[in-house]
Amino acid sequence: MVSKKILTIRNLTKSYHTISSETLAIKDFSLTLFEGEFIVIVGPSGCGKSTILSILSGLLEPSSGEIIYHSQANSLTIGYMLQNDHLFPWRTILKNAILGLEIQGRATQDNIDKVKRQLEMYGLGKFINSYPNQLSGGMRQRAALIRTLAINPDIFLLDEPFSALDYQTRLAVSEDIVSILKKEKKTVIMITHDLNEAISMASKVIVISKRPGKIIDAHEIQLSSEGESMLDKRKAPEFMDYYNQIWKELDVHVE
Amino acid sequence: MWNKNLQKLSEHEKYLVQIKKENIKVHATRVSILIVFFCLWELAANLSWIDPFIASQPTAIFETLVQLSSNGELYRHLLITIGETVVGFMLGTILGTLVAILLWWSPFLSRVLDPYIVVLNSLPKVALGPIIIVWVGAGFAAVITMTLLISGIITIINVYGGFHEVDQEKIILVRSFGATKKQVLQKVILPASFPNIINALKINVGLSWVGVIMGEFLVSKAGLGYLIVYGSQVFKLNLVMTSVLVLAVASVGMYLGVAYLEKKIIRHL
Repeated sequence: MVSKKILTIRNLTKSYHTISSETLAIKDFSLTLFEGEFIVIVGPSGCGKSTILSILSGLLEPSSGEIIYHSQANSLTIGYMLQNDHLFPWRTILKNAILGLEIQGRATQDNIDKVKRQLEMYGLGKFINSYPNQLSGGMRQRAALIRTLAINPDIFLLDEPFSALDYQTRLAVSEDIVSILKKEKKTVIMITHDLNEAISMASKVIVISKRPGKIIDAHEIQLSSEGESMLDKRKAPEFMDYYNQIWKELDVHVE
Repeated sequence: MWNKNLQKLSEHEKYLVQIKKENIKVHATRVSILIVFFCLWELAANLSWIDPFIASQPTAIFETLVQLSSNGELYRHLLITIGETVVGFMLGTILGTLVAILLWWSPFLSRVLDPYIVVLNSLPKVALGPIIIVWVGAGFAAVITMTLLISGIITIINVYGGFHEVDQEKIILVRSFGATKKQVLQKVILPASFPNIINALKINVGLSWVGVIMGEFLVSKAGLGYLIVYGSQVFKLNLVMTSVLVLAVASVGMYLGVAYLEKKIIRHL
């Protein structure tokens, strides 16, 4: 399968400035993203992973380097998911889910109906008029995902989307979210520091060094597992090889 | 099984009864304190332990109250004071919130104005009374200006502070959807600060009463504050005490009103 290039990042560099110092967060980060890819970026904490996503989502300007969108308008719709669901407690689930549409001036009846259908499809139909505090952590995360899906993004950016959940919920929710993303055939860039999560979800894992973040290696993940679930994938014979290799590259020391 | 349920229920019932008893005790003690206080006051005045001319006494207060309300004077003064308080309170809250929005909108302005706000906040506003009288004249406008000064500054500080407590990630979220500054304000900052603004309302009710009474002390020819000052000047302590009592009831009423509003509006936050 030859897929379409949708995004090229070339030599992205970003420094942060404070009065007393300048910090180089990422250096010469380059990446080509193909349609339908699921890229997971792993790296030590503070390596500038989140900076990359912030730049891609347009929240930060890079110091240098360029981002090329391979589309006619030379721009893409980006969906950004953060660590917490950040559902607004003063809005109902439906109102939360159409927040992005509302901001972009696209909250037409058609689009709202579409969001309603999506909420129903993913088991939130009963909660359309509930408030976030009436939902479990997993359901909230789903609602947050649908909020992002609603604007129909070309690329999904996930910044450690499960790290605020406890371990058991996290397993279930990540399985859930990933299956939805794959079903909707979304192109994804995700950040995590959970290697299990990375290898079982990704089509490609990118390893980044300590600050200033540079790409150490990229692994195309091919797992010969029987099922499609993340648990099945963890049982694949290649899984441990990937794990050990990435672990070595991360070069984790307790100092 | 059934038996166990019954036991559980009765234990819970016992607990409820216990709570109820406790509540009754608290209420009864509260009321008793009030009754004992007024009885002692009356007794002390009648037995000449205290001079009723200076300390007044409950029966005399009651007579004054009846007299004032029968000739309609009480309602006139009460309405004027309440009117001034409501107007000052609303203006203080609305203008204060608007200034807070302005400061949030322009961090430059906020940095520039910061020392001025600090000075205005620390300055006892009553010191500005004479200036206000000269500028806006002795009357309704002066009372409102005083109230506005007192409640407005506090509103600015509280609401602006609340704006900064809003979760930064919520702002990042809406900005990632491409939100403009106005949308950030509309969709996140204002609704998230709503509890804070309501809280400012509660503080403002009290402060508005302070402003109004202070203003009336200084300038007015009507209102409860005027009655208190007038009463003390002509040594009608009965009138002073009556006005203070009426004032206490009115201010508590208004506070409860705002608290009720708060409960009504904020249910999901």
